Amino acid sequence: MRIEGKGLIARDHRVSFTFDGVRYSGFEGDTLASALLANDVRLVARSFKYHRPRGILTAGSEEPNALVTIGSGGRQDPNVRATVQELYDGLEARSQNRWPSLEFDLLSVNNLAAPFFGAGFYYKTFMWPRAFWEKLYEPMIRKAAGLGALSGQDNVDRYERAFAFCDLLVIGAGPAGLMAALVAGRAGADVILADEDARMGGRLLAETYEVDGKPGHIWAEEVLAELRAMDNVRLMTRTTVAGAYDHGTYAALERVSHHRADRGAGAPLECYWRIVARRSVLAAGALERPVAFRDNDRPGIMTAGAVRAYLNRWGVAPGKAVTVFGNNDDAHRTARDLMAAGVHVAALIDSRHDAPEVDGVHMIRGGQVCGSMGGRGLEAITVRRASGEERIQTDCLAMSGGWNPSVHLTCHMNGRPEWRRDIASFVPVPGAIPGLRAAGACNGAFSTAACLREGIAMAAAALEDLGMKVPEVATPDAEDTPYALEPLWAVPGKGRAWLDFQNDVTVKDVKQAAVENFRSVEHMKRYTTQGMATDQGKNSNVAALAVLADATGRGIPETGTTTFRPPYSPIAIAALGAGAEGKGFQPQRFTTSHKATVARGAPMIEAGLWYRPSYFPKPGETDWRQSCDREVGYVRNAVGVADVSTLGKVDIQGADAAKLLDFAYTNMFSTLKVGRVRYGLMLREDGHVMDDGTTARLGEDHFVMTTTTAAAGEVMKHLEFVTQGLRPEWDVSLTSVTEQWAQFAVAGPKAREVLDGVLDTPLDPTEWPFMSCGAVSVLGVAGRLFRISFSGEQGYEIAVPARYGASLFDILVKRAEALGGGPYGMEALNVLRIEKGFITHSEIHGRTTAYDIGMGGMVSAKKDCIGKTMSQRPGLEESGRERLVGLKPVGRDGRLLAGAHIYREEAEPKRTNDQGYITSVCHSPTLGHMIGLAFLADGPARYGEIVKMVDGLRGVTTLCEVVNPVFFDADGGRMRG
Amino acid sequence: MRITCPHCGERDHREFYYKGHALALDRPAADAGEAAWDDYVHLRENPAGVTRDLWYHEGGCGAWVVVTRSTLTHKVLGTEPASEARA
Repeated sequence: MRIEGKGLIARDHRVSFTFDGVRYSGFEGDTLASALLANDVRLVARSFKYHRPRGILTAGSEEPNALVTIGSGGRQDPNVRATVQELYDGLEARSQNRWPSLEFDLLSVNNLAAPFFGAGFYYKTFMWPRAFWEKLYEPMIRKAAGLGALSGQDNVDRYERAFAFCDLLVIGAGPAGLMAALVAGRAGADVILADEDARMGGRLLAETYEVDGKPGHIWAEEVLAELRAMDNVRLMTRTTVAGAYDHGTYAALERVSHHRADRGAGAPLECYWRIVARRSVLAAGALERPVAFRDNDRPGIMTAGAVRAYLNRWGVAPGKAVTVFGNNDDAHRTARDLMAAGVHVAALIDSRHDAPEVDGVHMIRGGQVCGSMGGRGLEAITVRRASGEERIQTDCLAMSGGWNPSVHLTCHMNGRPEWRRDIASFVPVPGAIPGLRAAGACNGAFSTAACLREGIAMAAAALEDLGMKVPEVATPDAEDTPYALEPLWAVPGKGRAWLDFQNDVTVKDVKQAAVENFRSVEHMKRYTTQGMATDQGKNSNVAALAVLADATGRGIPETGTTTFRPPYSPIAIAALGAGAEGKGFQPQRFTTSHKATVARGAPMIEAGLWYRPSYFPKPGETDWRQSCDREVGYVRNAVGVADVSTLGKVDIQGADAAKLLDFAYTNMFSTLKVGRVRYGLMLREDGHVMDDGTTARLGEDHFVMTTTTAAAGEVMKHLEFVTQGLRPEWDVSLTSVTEQWAQFAVAGPKAREVLDGVLDTPLDPTEWPFMSCGAVSVLGVAGRLFRISFSGEQGYEIAVPARYGASLFDILVKRAEALGGGPYGMEALNVLRIEKGFITHSEIHGRTTAYDIGMGGMVSAKKDCIGKTMSQRPGLEESGRERLVGLKPVGRDGRLLAGAHIYREEAEPKRTNDQGYITSVCHSPTLGHMIGLAFLADGPARYGEIVKMVDGLRGVTTLCEVVNPVFFDADGGRMRG
Repeated sequence: MRITCPHCGERDHREFYYKGHALALDRPAADAGEAAWDDYVHLRENPAGVTRDLWYHEGGCGAWVVVTRSTLTHKVLGTEPASEARA
């Protein structure tokens, strides 16, 4: 029911919304919760386990009951707390966890079966028969228990991430936070003031008291106006600081568009911030705790502070005959505010016998509410006192068990809060988060004046830390009422009294946990599920552990709290992962020939982040093998062109460049002549092969190293480590030039003819023998030429600055085509190298040594190198190791499969008979059958032996002959020719 | 976590690649013997307290940095270029 003249809502902006399909109206400035209450909608949800009717309990992000689903399809948001969802025109909200409807929920049968559903019920109830768990029990529990669901469609909303830096981060914009921001802002510090609410002011918006003689919300607005005018202050509304991390790093979620009818138009839905603050002030306020009594979960029973918030901020009376129940003076404000607004207060019940009198209300001192009645909403309560029980008709009960400081963030780095007996609450320990100070209610200072004072003091201390001048700021006048309460956690009596509304945990459950010896607060939490889900103990934590303390005969401080972990309130995975999905997660790297390659219809395959052509199809080809075989033919019989720019290129310069290569490679490079290229093998320090490639000596002190595509980054890091960490005294520097040079392989008997058309000086074969290199002029552009071959044919790699790559590729391909050749892709490249027994990372996969791949002789005896000592461990050179061989099928049609294992011909194919495995296979068009590279126990000694390949997954068995891994042109005559 | 690169200043740890303990800088001589090499390649302490480890400023200047920090408090006690540090 709306009260005329009250509230901070825009009465001239009426908005319309639906809840479960029924149309209602509210005002701009309403939350969904305030608008529902204004429309007298009390039943808004069903509880998690028992499907009990539930209403709105709170007025903030701590709401455990009023979870709704907003939107549908790709924009469906489940479990939105109605208390934080701002109202907009056209908002569609639905209740959840009910069937067939909220009013009539068949699953509320669970409520009758409640005796079976106590603490740890699944562990006890669903024990046998064992096979029923997976098929029956678990699906049944999952269906019955729960919260809202996603639509199953792709999320169409956009999320962003952002970074911010400041001198002082102020978390929370109530009186303490506003003062802290004002002091630091006036001092000239870079300040970020963040608040989860759409409107800053904190409790000042929900209370009637004055600051500096003005209504609190007006005072707040004036402070905010001053802050907005400061260039050095940034105000972030709708922004929850959700986690505190190392070295002043905070995570914050900004809800950018949840309040907009045009959600998704231009702005992201949410933005995940990482804020790095040199100092911070936590002014997160406090949360009111309910009191546990029989059936205290009926719609209409709310926290007292929430009732004041609905009344004062939103102009809503949550009932026509309200009762107030508390154990502290603060609860009395609720009765006074309601009466001042003309709302009937049926009774004020205070559990304290010596509670101060409140005029004009039926006051029951020393009384306790011990039960509630009603169907889908509260109708009456029972109050017990020494003289007996009394029934009071009421449709709204405002309850208060006192306030819990919001210490959450101070616990995110393992800090444990301390118990303060006088306020019966936990408060933060100073220094729990380095650089963070708590101020105001979250620090246990509950009066407005104390909040203002602490805000000033904590900002001043932060400024002093930062070496900044602290301005003189007077403390505004405000109420300074002492906070008086007498702890009351649970009203004794029969029946179920709720502690954790969201997870349906009652006093009885916690006591049961203690009886069953789950006495540690962490065990109790997990056994009962108290404090799980979005609640995270915000409402229930202290009361639950007080009950546990009582049940185990310990004090509250000894019992301790559970661990508060980030996030403070729920964050969607989509927001956490913002910027890291799709191409943000896996960027695409394109070579300079990419466009031309795609234009030729080549299917692209991923090589790390790079995209390379699989093959270049020709009209009439129906199968990739046809294209591949044709491309192999280009290289073997004419000329082929392939983009090899993706291979890592490291430019190495300095007087000690050769020394570095001698140290990083197993073989010698200091003896390499200028203008020559050498193949090198690189080990890890544990003696296994890390990478291989060719390195060219362009000058006395200048080399360019090639790495494999896959290991380019790893090799660069490694070389930098060796240079900076192990040999800092050497004069050598490294630069990655992978993207600076476009490089193309031109291979085949007619390779030189292709090159002669692009080189300004024709190649003189005597000056360009196999493994030579040097500078060349490519159509007037300074380039490099390397006579190297990964195909076994006469081959060159020609490099030009990347900006000329696209052009050079086109020219080379056209020339090759004119000579009966053309471009070739990765499939052909792979066939060509397997025919020659050249290895890739399929073979040097991290567990093979130089000895295993037949390159033991490349580990130079004349010098030390990375990995040499460990490579000489006996186990790495002993007989029986699986070593590189070639395999060809017995009979030309036999299939070889990579990943298949090898057994002796007569042996049963089982693990203990395993002899090795196949790493690479292809159909060799040159030889007319399949060939493979494999690792076989003592392989090189077994050429000629027939072994059995078994692929257990694909069910293929093939007899193979063990052969030399170089299948084609074993003496290399074609390559050198 | 924030790490101060000796060249670039204070940066988010996501700019860095982590390698492991700084004793990787103390490479034994080729003939130092099995035990020394076993220690160097395989054995690492897991201290509750101060440790020194190697970070590579991969998203920045490419420097290897030795970071002295506490595993208990997560406090970074100091950083220095690996080229000037010894294990």
